[in-house]
Amino acid sequence: MIKSKKILALICAVAMTAGLMACGSKEAEAESTAQVSNETVVETKEETKTESTNAEEPKAEETGSADISGTVSMAGSTSMEKLANAVAESFMAKYPEVTVTAEFTGSSAGIESVTAGSVDIGNSSRALKDEEKAAGVVENIVAIDGIAVIVDPANTVKDLTKDQLISIYTGETKNWSELGGEDAPIVVVGREAGSGTRGAFEELLKIEDACAYASELDSTGAVIAKIASTPGAIGYASLDAVNDTVKAVALEGVEPTVENIKAGNYFLSRPFVMATKGEISEQSAAVQELFAYLASDEGKEVIKGVGLITVD
Amino acid sequence: MNGQESFSIIGNHKNKSAVEKTAQGIFTLCAFIAILAVISITVYMVINGIPAFFDVGIKEILFGTVWKPAAEDPSFGILYVILTSIVGTTMAVLLGVPIGLLTAVFLAETAPKRLAAVVKPAVELLAGIPSVIYGLLGLMVLNPLMYKLEMAVFKGSDTHQFTGGANLLSAVIVLAVMILPTVINISESAIRAVPSQLKSASLALGASHIQTIFKVILPAAKSGIITAIVLGVGRAIGEAMAITLVSGSSVNMPLPFNSVRFLTTAIVSEMGYAAGLHRQVLFTIGLVLFVFIMVINITLSRILKKGDRES
Repeated sequence: MIKSKKILALICAVAMTAGLMACGSKEAEAESTAQVSNETVVETKEETKTESTNAEEPKAEETGSADISGTVSMAGSTSMEKLANAVAESFMAKYPEVTVTAEFTGSSAGIESVTAGSVDIGNSSRALKDEEKAAGVVENIVAIDGIAVIVDPANTVKDLTKDQLISIYTGETKNWSELGGEDAPIVVVGREAGSGTRGAFEELLKIEDACAYASELDSTGAVIAKIASTPGAIGYASLDAVNDTVKAVALEGVEPTVENIKAGNYFLSRPFVMATKGEISEQSAAVQELFAYLASDEGKEVIKGVGLITVD
Repeated sequence: MNGQESFSIIGNHKNKSAVEKTAQGIFTLCAFIAILAVISITVYMVINGIPAFFDVGIKEILFGTVWKPAAEDPSFGILYVILTSIVGTTMAVLLGVPIGLLTAVFLAETAPKRLAAVVKPAVELLAGIPSVIYGLLGLMVLNPLMYKLEMAVFKGSDTHQFTGGANLLSAVIVLAVMILPTVINISESAIRAVPSQLKSASLALGASHIQTIFKVILPAAKSGIITAIVLGVGRAIGEAMAITLVSGSSVNMPLPFNSVRFLTTAIVSEMGYAAGLHRQVLFTIGLVLFVFIMVINITLSRILKKGDRES
């Protein structure tokens, strides 16, 4: 019964995101245009990458890591969907004998699965809680995600301070005119309780459970669709999910860009965790290789390719 | 072929009884699957829904008004959520049933044949549209319109939290449209099932067509219409997908322009990321919803039985 419930929930989630994606076909276009700017960088690096893999190949054969076979199963955060799929795809391309499966059930559900041993890796878009660590789950941070504060494209406000953001989300500031914008009410949009993005956002601003949301939506796509269609709306979403239908505002004068987040200037960022039960060294060869892959230059390219920031 | 031996096209008597027995076995098995499903769902809901009552307290859950499940000091009050489901469903029924009922009257009684031939398939199509489509249309079309209304109503208000049109009214409108096909189809059948003698007699006594409809036909079709309403209530209270997109999903008092959360959307929106006690409370919400729907279904079967006895 638990399984069927989960499957049902999953189907619903998939149907919804699919629906939202379908209605915002602009999103996909916008994404591809957004990635164009990175493409030049990726391309040049790809060349070096192929060279380096060529050089590495004989080595890999020596150590026998190319012969690795088996399965790696992941489950967890919907925010990490892009990353997990990209990693799974490229890893399987490199190691054809390995099957990587990824499910997107939510951070808590993912950690629950890895704790129960039903999957190898639990994806979590928030740091693990103490009780989760106590259950023997190890936190392996593989990437950093920036959270962008987004408003509808017509909004004239371009920059917010931390205090302004806090006052908007706690319901003290109710009109854009107080922030130098037009005279329009602020529609405060957020994610549902338990969401990794919401947890990260509220924690980073130290406004846990003090937020007055007018809308609590249950997916990143829904938030973006809502912001795009509502004048005066403000919300938050993963940096890599932001597209042209909405506008990301600068915080404390810092634009939400990879460089700024890496440099530590942009304060809204969070870790992407691939949790394992026990240390990585205790895992199966395939899982160990996956983590080695993520730490390699090739893996880092994949992480960058989905708009995330690598951990160095 | 005489009186004692029955004839079967399949083969002899022995074969036939084997087929009969197998068939009966299959039927029984199928019936048990349905019963098994009902029993296991009930047991599962109770087992998963009850513990949170002990951990949090029945009063705290059912009559608490603060929903902060992921807080340091979590609180799991679902009173507003329950009230929203009741108020939202009631409003949707108040809005949807008259429209549905009058459409049924139109289809069964007054519509010109060619017009009915257009309306009837349209209603059936309405029933077949997936609920997520209603939700998306609500999000993209209804919410912006509702936001304009909201801005007009609360112009200059300092206390109102603007929702961008995602509020109880939007959800009610979507729900009202969604229950239309159920109400229309069932009431139409009920109206058509009224014996034509009643109608003829009424007309013969000099009553006009409209008088006949309201004084004779509708009262005669009462039990069918009540069934339609109760089924509509069931559909409205159980709907999640459409309203999760348009209702705003914040836990608030069920006032028309407030962002609200229904019992169904409370489960849908937080199940993905919920852990521990939070998850258990979501199952408790499921149990509350389950009880609501059970009560509605039992009421329905009571009404149906009563209707049967009357006729």
